[in-house]
Amino acid sequence: MWGIALLVFREVLEAALIVTVVAAATRGVARRSVFIGGGITLGVLGALLVAAFAGAISNAVSGVGQELFNASVLFAAVVMIGWHVIWMSSHGREMARQMKELGGAVQAGSSSLAMLLAVVALAVLREGSEIVLFLTGMLAGGATGLLPGLALGIAAGTAVGLTLYFGLLRIPVRYFFTATNWMLVLLAAGLASSAARYLVQANWVPAWGNQIWDSSSLLSNGSVLGNILHILIGYDAQPSGIQLVFYGVVVVLLVLGMKLVGDAGKRAKAAAASTPSAQGAPAG
Amino acid sequence: MKSPSLLPLLLALLFPMVAIAADTPTFTLVLQNHRYVPNELRIPAQTRVKLEIVNKDPTPEEFESVDFPAEKIVMPNSTISVFVGPLKPGRYGFYGEFHQPTAKGTLIVE
Repeated sequence: MWGIALLVFREVLEAALIVTVVAAATRGVARRSVFIGGGITLGVLGALLVAAFAGAISNAVSGVGQELFNASVLFAAVVMIGWHVIWMSSHGREMARQMKELGGAVQAGSSSLAMLLAVVALAVLREGSEIVLFLTGMLAGGATGLLPGLALGIAAGTAVGLTLYFGLLRIPVRYFFTATNWMLVLLAAGLASSAARYLVQANWVPAWGNQIWDSSSLLSNGSVLGNILHILIGYDAQPSGIQLVFYGVVVVLLVLGMKLVGDAGKRAKAAAASTPSAQGAPAG
Repeated sequence: MKSPSLLPLLLALLFPMVAIAADTPTFTLVLQNHRYVPNELRIPAQTRVKLEIVNKDPTPEEFESVDFPAEKIVMPNSTISVFVGPLKPGRYGFYGEFHQPTAKGTLIVE
């Protein structure tokens, strides 16, 4: 049972951390729990489907189907997180203001919310399908204690997620969405780096140098903390060059996107504010 | 503005390298009774190699390592391959994530 619980915990932890960051980033948004709950439900259904077709996925594209599937899922999540982050750069300030004034329900764009629903669903799908394969194997092998192990693993993974969530809630409202936005940027960059790792394993991209550094004696990829940081900020004890490139490109693109859209939003707001009061007056 | 010009450049840099894969040395690991056979595999240092993992068990396994990048599910009675390295000389552990107590092995890179 403990072995089962440990494996389930590790898989659940990855999904739970992503769900946590998304939940924090959508704090105060109306109907948020419906979106997150929907994302988790879709993810579980998707996990069952992926597990059922795992053989076919694995054999696809002359044996690299699994890597391409994982990389695609990761890239899709990167794009959707990117969309939300850039969208927030023009709406985040407004959301923080509304939250302070109204003390709760914030209106968020439904397209941005749908993106985050999909991110939750993809995270659950990816980790969930491994749990399903593992458990079906255990079941076939006649292992006992499946259900308690599963329950314990899910509970422990969720507990870590909740701890992070309530920790994040202590960030003052003024800085809150700035903080969660940066967390999303690093999360997306880390996912892109993981995608690069799959593509190198499939030999679809060159590694551009293995083990650019090796910090595994300080913090191993296999440790729980290493795992947590791997998901949250893309930590890797022995990254390849291409992983660093993917990581850097995503950070640069998102920061650039945030800046461009944020500035455009500020200009539009300033223009909208000056038109009704200052008719015919020269623009500031 | 920067993104459209960066992507083609990246792709152009990537693709010439991908073509070299054909004559990669290949090594085989067999999973039987949730153990790797052999459980110590010697591979050349500073060389990119292809590892084939044959799962003869009736249950799925995940070939994985924390010492080198590898993570791939091996369905029952099927074979997968992963590309590894080039690695520096040394010992690199790997395991089967779904049967960690028994499915353990080491790559000896020399």
